Amino acid sequence: MSAAAILEVANLSRRFGGLLAVDDVSLRVAAGEIVGLLGPNGSGKTTVLNLISGALRPDRGTVLLSGAPIHRLPAFRIARMGVARTFQLVRVLGSMTCRENVLAGVAFGARGQWGASARRAADELLSRVGLGERADTPGADLTYIDQKRLELARALALRPALLLLDEWLAGLNPAELRLGIELVRSLRAQGVGILLVEHVMDAIRSLCDRCVVMNAGRVIAEGTPAAVLADAEVVRAYLGDEDA
Amino acid sequence: MLIEAALSGLILGGMYALVAMGLSLQYGVARIMNLSYGELLVAASFSAWALFTGAAVNPLAGLLAVVPAAFAASWLVYRLLLAPLVRRARTRDALEVDTILATFGLAFVVQGVMLGFFGGAYYSYGYLAVPVKILGATVAVNRLIALGVAVAIGLALYFGLTRTRAGTAVRAVAVDPESARLVAIDVRATAGFAFALGGALVAAGGVLVSMFLTFNANLGVLFTMKALIVVIMGGVGNLLGALIAGLLLGLTETFVATWVDPGLTLAATYSLFLLVLLARPQGLFGGSGR
Amino acid sequence: MSGRALAWGCGAAVLVGLLALVPFAADDYRLSLAISILSYTVLATAWALFSGPTRYVSLATVAFFGIGAYAVAVLGEHNPWPLVLLAALGIGVAVALVVGLATLRLSGVYFVIFTFGLAELVRQLVTWYEVNRTRTLGRYVFLDIGPAQIYWQLLALAVMVFALGILIRRSRLGLALRVIGDDEAVARHVGVNTTRVKVALFTLSAAFMTVTGAVMAPRWTYIDPAIAFNPVVSFQVLIMALLGGAHRLYGPLLGVVPLTLLFDFLLARFPNHFIMMVGVAFLLIVYAIPQGIAGLLERALGKRR
Repeated sequence: MSAAAILEVANLSRRFGGLLAVDDVSLRVAAGEIVGLLGPNGSGKTTVLNLISGALRPDRGTVLLSGAPIHRLPAFRIARMGVARTFQLVRVLGSMTCRENVLAGVAFGARGQWGASARRAADELLSRVGLGERADTPGADLTYIDQKRLELARALALRPALLLLDEWLAGLNPAELRLGIELVRSLRAQGVGILLVEHVMDAIRSLCDRCVVMNAGRVIAEGTPAAVLADAEVVRAYLGDEDA
Repeated sequence: MLIEAALSGLILGGMYALVAMGLSLQYGVARIMNLSYGELLVAASFSAWALFTGAAVNPLAGLLAVVPAAFAASWLVYRLLLAPLVRRARTRDALEVDTILATFGLAFVVQGVMLGFFGGAYYSYGYLAVPVKILGATVAVNRLIALGVAVAIGLALYFGLTRTRAGTAVRAVAVDPESARLVAIDVRATAGFAFALGGALVAAGGVLVSMFLTFNANLGVLFTMKALIVVIMGGVGNLLGALIAGLLLGLTETFVATWVDPGLTLAATYSLFLLVLLARPQGLFGGSGR
Repeated sequence: MSGRALAWGCGAAVLVGLLALVPFAADDYRLSLAISILSYTVLATAWALFSGPTRYVSLATVAFFGIGAYAVAVLGEHNPWPLVLLAALGIGVAVALVVGLATLRLSGVYFVIFTFGLAELVRQLVTWYEVNRTRTLGRYVFLDIGPAQIYWQLLALAVMVFALGILIRRSRLGLALRVIGDDEAVARHVGVNTTRVKVALFTLSAAFMTVTGAVMAPRWTYIDPAIAFNPVVSFQVLIMALLGGAHRLYGPLLGVVPLTLLFDFLLARFPNHFIMMVGVAFLLIVYAIPQGIAGLLERALGKRR
């Protein structure tokens, strides 16, 4: 906990019409730390990621990236500062090849590379996620799991200091899950801070250093995976206690 | 002078509001951005003119023929031209591009047909062009009747949408087509119905407008433009917003035409649009949106 | 790789050289047809430069074309020709920047609506200005610029628009455009300043349209706002680009040649039903060949996009 904070979110709120989707949320992610963002569907987790990545603007609250405020910046600037993300519903660039997909991240992110060196960097990233053979395949022709890999390679192309994974491990079979977990771990070893929204409990237990649990837009628990998963209020939020 | 301008602005605004409600149905419910919308309005104006001068049918009786015909024609356009695009489109964006192109082409077809029949000349006819005095201002009776009918149609639409089963289905599809499907609403049929209803509304607007404005075959673009701007200003799918925005646009245009220059009304419209885009892109009366 | 590029370059140079000889060989009618083809080639290719990859349908081609033509009508007689072209370019770019900055930050719908009425807006403003300030409506363009010079200027513009297209395709800007076309949210999240890219491309595209209008102005001896801002031009450009295929640089050209000939024929034979026929032709294209001729060719050759 004493390590330098990559991400510091304080008192974040966002309203959609009459619905307070995110209500006074605060959390922090240190360099080389994996923080799980948990909670039942509709509890505001993806909205939190959208507020951090700049897809949405918060109504109130601050987001600091290595101490610098980013909550008023447009998404492309936040991306260039080293915040990369994947999407809940996979979004690959379907008409472009895998290499071009990753090249987009290499070319426009913090490193802003172009030309032969950029192509090499893209190919290296593709090999790293296991898509080295598919560099010339259009994104739309990949299988679901390969699309997820491609999305991660594109995110890594930004050389992120902070990585936001939105249910990136969902829908994988056990063997793929093991590979995915290894991949995420290797990123932590490089000092990347990772905030992941996840429902796969095995992954949460084996990956997360800490967890933050949300319900109805608010943080209801925080701590180690084992502690929060045993927390009475968390159990109630997931399962309900009265009429469910 | 002021009252006179306010009154004619109000009448013009009422027409815009009526027409914009129809477009709001087409865009908000059927998700079709219809760029041939104004051409249907002008076609209705020509029909009213033909009925009046050719068969001595007064335009109010003409409404009874033109409006159902427009409903049927719009429904056919939706089924034959637009439904295939809806089926073909993979994403909402692709559908939008396709429908913009198709209705843009349709606009030129309709306009071309009208030019073939009527040429580019301006048309008008005199029906109840009798001046009366209201609050010291002089207004032609036909304008008052047009406003009265527009208000009646608008009210009927409002109650139809809020108090009937079919209306509730239309509103449900506007809010969320996916969920509407889950509660056993036939989304495709409802969208077709909403599109046809929008066509009926704009035809009514065309007939009413023809009672007191001159028109020609090239005016469609302007009406489409104004209806779109009113819909955007009012917030897509927001009928009350369309009403207020329509009145606002009508008053602005009339005031600019009266005190600045009649040649600058479209510039005024655009300025209004630009202001909305810069200040509140979600519409004047929309919530903060997503 | 560079050898192939060299071969392509030489081939293109020879082709352009041959095309430059057309005014010496063609009679008046053929030259005027060649001028039409070239001007639509520049317009449709410029249109597709922006609207092809981004899929933002611009309906404002003639707004810029007309601005260029009218600038020449107003400024042409008393100023040197290059200065006139520069002035036209400046006005077109300024209008494009205003339109782009106002609408391209937002979703595509606003852009379409704004461009839909833009030509009519500019036409009314020009009319208003002429009626109130100069008290004339319509101007005569007496310039010592013949069809052959117009042809060569258009050819130069065409070369420039294709060269620019190739440059963009190979640059980061081109990649950014394709990312935006596929998924704008992803584009923003990999660090693309989407608004800037779109405004830049829209402005470039409008600049070509404006200068084309300026170059074409001496073709008419008389210009009034209704002639300069004729909405059918926007429509024709759109049809040509779509028929050819807007996703390829060479696509619009494939649509321009047959349609210019067809429209020339239709306009001569059926002047009263011309617009309707163009509309029908357009609908046929939208429904039957949404990917354009370029798309058909690629499928026939078994090549993937």
